[in-house]
Amino acid sequence: MTRPNDLLLEMQRRMLRIRRFDERASKMVKRGEIPGTVHTSIGQEAQVVGSCMALADGDYMTGNHRSHGHPIGKGAALGPLMAELVGKANGVCGGKGGSMHLADFKVGSLGESGIVGSSIPIATGAALSAKVLRNGRVSLAFFGDGAANQGCLYEAMNMSSVWGLPIVFLCENNQYALSTPAHTVTAGVIATRAAGFNMPGIRVEDGQDVLKVYDAVKTATDRARAGLGPSLVEVVTYRFNEHSEGLRIATDYRNPAEKEAWLKRDPVKMFRTYLEEQGVADAAMLDAMEAEVMAEVDASVQFAEDSPYPELSVAFKDLYTVPFGVTQ
Amino acid sequence: MTVMSFLGAIGAAQREAMEADPRVIIMGEDVEANVYGTMGGKSRADKGDFLQMFGSDRIRNTPISEEVMVGAAAGAAMTGLRPIVDLSYSSFLYMAMDQFVNQVAKNRYMFGGQASLPVVFRSAMFYGLNTGAHHSDRPYPMFMNVPGLKIMVPATPTDAKGLLRTAIDMDDPVLSFEACLLWGLKEDVDEGEFRIPFGVARTVRAGTDVTIVAISTGVHVALQAAAKLEAEGISVEIIDPRTMVPLDSEAILNAVARTGRLVIVDPAHTTCGAAAEISAIVAEKAFDCLKAPIMRVTTPDTQIPFSPAIEKQLYPDAAKTIDAVRKVMAGRSRGAA
Ligand SMILES: Cc1ncc(C[n+]2csc(CCOP(=O)(O)OP(=O)(O)O)c2C)c(N)n1
Ligand SMILES: [Mg+2]
Repeated sequence: MTRPNDLLLEMQRRMLRIRRFDERASKMVKRGEIPGTVHTSIGQEAQVVGSCMALADGDYMTGNHRSHGHPIGKGAALGPLMAELVGKANGVCGGKGGSMHLADFKVGSLGESGIVGSSIPIATGAALSAKVLRNGRVSLAFFGDGAANQGCLYEAMNMSSVWGLPIVFLCENNQYALSTPAHTVTAGVIATRAAGFNMPGIRVEDGQDVLKVYDAVKTATDRARAGLGPSLVEVVTYRFNEHSEGLRIATDYRNPAEKEAWLKRDPVKMFRTYLEEQGVADAAMLDAMEAEVMAEVDASVQFAEDSPYPELSVAFKDLYTVPFGVTQ
Repeated sequence: MTVMSFLGAIGAAQREAMEADPRVIIMGEDVEANVYGTMGGKSRADKGDFLQMFGSDRIRNTPISEEVMVGAAAGAAMTGLRPIVDLSYSSFLYMAMDQFVNQVAKNRYMFGGQASLPVVFRSAMFYGLNTGAHHSDRPYPMFMNVPGLKIMVPATPTDAKGLLRTAIDMDDPVLSFEACLLWGLKEDVDEGEFRIPFGVARTVRAGTDVTIVAISTGVHVALQAAAKLEAEGISVEIIDPRTMVPLDSEAILNAVARTGRLVIVDPAHTTCGAAAEISAIVAEKAFDCLKAPIMRVTTPDTQIPFSPAIEKQLYPDAAKTIDAVRKVMAGRSRGAA
């Protein structure tokens, strides 16, 4: 795998963006500045960014309720994302999506789904259009270990395989679906399910290492682009925060020792160390990057604050391409 | 003009659209073999000619996987294709309910207009053919309850061709409900390109005493009833909305303003059906015009039994429609038709 320095630095930058953006979002939820609920990708940055960086700019991607990391990883501007989280008119979806339903078509983000598993068929359709239109694009579907037990995944894997679609099924195995440990509801190993659909199944055991994720997903995207069809990649990772911000679950469903061990393996810190050790960047450069990302996040919050709320008429917009019926 | 069957008209519209735009594809179970006869061909000998004409890239046999079929068509529509999905029986739409309701209907809205979804979902309502409860549904009213979808219910070959062409050219998702009982219906149809707009009702028959709003096979039931009632001196106007979403409520309200009496013939179930919605619109907006209560001729709220001895009686027919018209002509009515 060729991994030029600027690619490595961009990986770190995007991981930092996700970390700082989600840290800020978490604070804002607690302060009541973001309505509704928010699911952070804190702890899973390597898994998200390693996957997104293995895609080309024009490639497609869909995701789920844990949604901010995906468009950020794909290169979306932070301002419209933050404005969306607070429900403003300049939000990336005009204030109609919110945290669980971000989409930024400019970067190939076709939308995150609040319905677990439901966006997998959409990504499959994007791969179908890429194949029929012969535009060389690849599609990637992010979904959790919980979503791995939805039937539509297997419909999609089967159809993609028989049609040779350029798609990567990317299972973000953070080992829990809300409070439910994956092993208690999941038979066998998710990655091995690929065999039943005649496609490669790759399991990245260390999903905190962005390069391991990148290499695995790159193998899958290269294969897809070469016309060799779909792959399933399962990345084992861990979310550092609660399932959603502000959620309090009485039982300690995650073993404290397990949690501690994973918290030590912080993907953002680990990769910073790697970059320094490999001489890709020195501490000063990386500090500067941190400061730049922090400024970007600050600016995104400012952008959100400066944006007006949508007019009520917006609630009736975009249902159809040409409005009819109740339009105000 | 050429004589076309309802099924032939559907084939003609699809062929026209496939020829006009390489982004149009057809996907569904058994579409390659043209099992249901909607993929071109006037006879069995022509089976599979869409496959020959357009190739396997654009005519795609799917696995029996309605959920991914519907979702993938939506995803493809969001990224540059214009798919037509053949879901065969309307009862199979339920397998993909999540995709219809949560993705197809919501994606344009929820993402602030970033996506449009030019996709058509065709399905046949197989009622009246002794196929039992799993194959006899008329589910268009369920989908009328989902903002973001458009719904067509053609009753004639001409409308099937013209509406379907409009649907394929349109940038919004459309569900086409095609009654199987109408498949063999023939009439002169323009073989050239034409489009019938959505949201414009057709006056099937002019009349002055009572308006019947009739949906799908209901149109033909209403025509039979009207012919008999004419002999009794009752003049019946028939209006076919043709599309349930958008609904041409103006045409219905204007008609009721003229005749003052309304009967609705709707082969779907009674509760929360299309007839219920039309009744509500008229009661809200044209109450003062009504000379008699509105009557609904619908399928009662039971499932569809298999036995030929007891199936057909459940659907709207001419006798029930005549009965309903007589009741509204009497100026008052009690109970359901
Ligand atoms: C179809 C559906 N069922 C249930 C839920 C409620 N729910 C939201 S997130 C979640 C857990 C999902 O777990 P996983 O897929 O592993 O993703 P993670 O949150 O761990 O990233 C559940 C049960 C939902 N949103 N959609
Ligand atoms: Mg999980």
